Amino acid sequence: MEGMAGQKSSLAWAVNIAAFLLVLIWTIPTLGLFVSSFRDRDQIASSGWWQSFSGSEQTGFVRSGTADDQVQQDGLYVIEGSALEGAQTLRAWGTGARAPAQYQPGDTADLGDGVSLTVAEDGSYRMTSPQPFEMSRGERIFTTTVSPASFTTENYNRVLTAGGLGRAFMNTMTVTIPATVIPILIAAFAAYALAWMQFPGRALLTAAVVGLLVVPLQVALIPLLRLHNDLGIGKGYLGIWLAHTGFGLPLAVYLLRNYMVGLPREIIESARVDGATEFQIFRRIILPLSFPALASFAIFQFLWVWNDLLVATVFLGNTREQLVMTGLLRELMGSRGGEWEILATSAFISIAVPLLVFFAMQKYLVRGLLAGSVKGG
Amino acid sequence: MELLWLAVSTIAIGVFGCVAWFWGSNWLLDRIYPPRGANAGQNIRRANQIRPWLFLGPALIFLTMYLVYPVLDSFWRSLFNSNGTRFVGTDNYTWLMRDAKFRESMLNNMLWLLVVPALATLFGLLAAQLTDRIRWGNIGKSLIFMPMAISFVGAGVIWKFIYEYRASGETQIGLLNWIVTQFGGEPQIWLTLPGWNNFFLMIVLVWIQTGFAMVILSAALRGIPEETIEAAILDGASPLQVFFKIKVPQIMGTIAVVWTTITIVVLKVFDIVFVMTNGQWGTQVLANLMYDWMFRGTPDYGRGSAIAIVLMILVTPIMVWNIWNARKEVR
Repeated sequence: MEGMAGQKSSLAWAVNIAAFLLVLIWTIPTLGLFVSSFRDRDQIASSGWWQSFSGSEQTGFVRSGTADDQVQQDGLYVIEGSALEGAQTLRAWGTGARAPAQYQPGDTADLGDGVSLTVAEDGSYRMTSPQPFEMSRGERIFTTTVSPASFTTENYNRVLTAGGLGRAFMNTMTVTIPATVIPILIAAFAAYALAWMQFPGRALLTAAVVGLLVVPLQVALIPLLRLHNDLGIGKGYLGIWLAHTGFGLPLAVYLLRNYMVGLPREIIESARVDGATEFQIFRRIILPLSFPALASFAIFQFLWVWNDLLVATVFLGNTREQLVMTGLLRELMGSRGGEWEILATSAFISIAVPLLVFFAMQKYLVRGLLAGSVKGG
Repeated sequence: MELLWLAVSTIAIGVFGCVAWFWGSNWLLDRIYPPRGANAGQNIRRANQIRPWLFLGPALIFLTMYLVYPVLDSFWRSLFNSNGTRFVGTDNYTWLMRDAKFRESMLNNMLWLLVVPALATLFGLLAAQLTDRIRWGNIGKSLIFMPMAISFVGAGVIWKFIYEYRASGETQIGLLNWIVTQFGGEPQIWLTLPGWNNFFLMIVLVWIQTGFAMVILSAALRGIPEETIEAAILDGASPLQVFFKIKVPQIMGTIAVVWTTITIVVLKVFDIVFVMTNGQWGTQVLANLMYDWMFRGTPDYGRGSAIAIVLMILVTPIMVWNIWNARKEVR
């Protein structure tokens, strides 16, 4: 569209800026979590994450040296020292609690009786007096300092080693992988039958699959829980694998059928003429050709199962050993709402895997979405 | 570690079991009706009548057991009392109609239904149109699409951080309150603001769903025949006119699909409310209300099932519409 008739460069600018703003708004929330996961608890509690790049401002006071520290120089009594520690820089200073930021670095304050105090930018101060100092407690120097931006990976160390999350990560993996692989197999065969075999009731079954796509899974919770209890499956991995397989099947069959219907008829017909059995056709021709659709569904199902909270809560149970990552996050939000550094870090770890899958396989995800939505219903 | 083994062996058993079933049953079928010999023709015909059901079998069993049966069972259960021992007819439903929490949930669900699909589609359309016209559009698309991969719970954490509240005068660590105070406003506890808190929850879902709308609408926009746009431009239409009068009408069908898909998501919305407010402060929705009745305190399966059936009834029009469209396409 670039440079098409009727396009003006000012419009192009407006489009660029508008798009940039939109992308910014959509990215900032996740960015905030990401940045926060690298800050320690005090930093999170004392300033917003967006201020973490500019360093944080602190106020406080130190005491100068006492009469014992004075030295005589050029007829003046002098006390010297440093008001800062570490890598801080001085922004302002003062001598009273009422005006703790009265002076700029380098300014000289008159403390009366000829006593004057200078604090330089690096924090070194110099107090001079024509008479000897006699005080036994040092003069208070109020400072406003800026610590440089600092980030830490300590949160990750803590979260990853301190039980909880590592266990939940394994649980999530254990739930997700079989719950992704098994429905694909079952659905692929069914989709092939719906797409390329002749039998009475085919149209009806296809319509039924489309209808089942939208059934709210809440409807299934109570009956299935009881069914699993009656069958002796109870709460556990087997139950959740079966449940996710059942809930994922409509989409799987629908996506794969739509894709397989579009495969060239000649290939399948000529294979049939050559005497290949349906099973051979499926395995040698259909399955390899359908790879993009299989990948699409695999990503959908993976993201869905990984991110699911409801099915896991109901079918797996809520004890510490059984929690998946979404469940753990929920518990952290409830019980430790104040520990933002733990929450932010755990949340980021839990969304890191889906994000990785998302960015690596985006092409297939988009293709699957388009196949599912634009073609059918 | 033993968990990992369990998972790996399950996959192995599952995959092997599936393959064994499909391969074995086909092999058996070819044994019973061999496609050669005297009755070859008849045998092939018979085998071809049975074979589709071998392929479909496992899927049909799963669909029936995990989706069809539960709908029927939920309906049946909704006619019984809390522990399913006494038939109470429509008592659970009449009770629902009078229950304040249920009415609040219905009202909120309707509000979600009005706001979320509309905003997500609108932003999606805007994002699609904008990113299609710029050089870094694909990166932009990726970033707007990204929240799709984040769990509702993760999104809840992310947005709770944005809505975080500190008393007036303290440093605000929530982005929203910080912005408000920068403009001289009072910080608010956003998630407890009556009425408004619903919108703050909805924003989370809009944030997640906009990418989905964008991807699909962007494909639809690119599918519009170039000639119609060029003709309009030659006739002197402004870019806005081209967009609203030429492009949007041509992708109306896709907009409807996006809208209904998001509607389904909205009807089932659970996690966001569950983790951010748990239905307090007037933010209850049906799915969370049902969860409350099913799993908190003493479970009431009758009322829980009744709410589930209400949800089912709400999605039925969309289900019918989808089937209608799909059948048109099959023909």
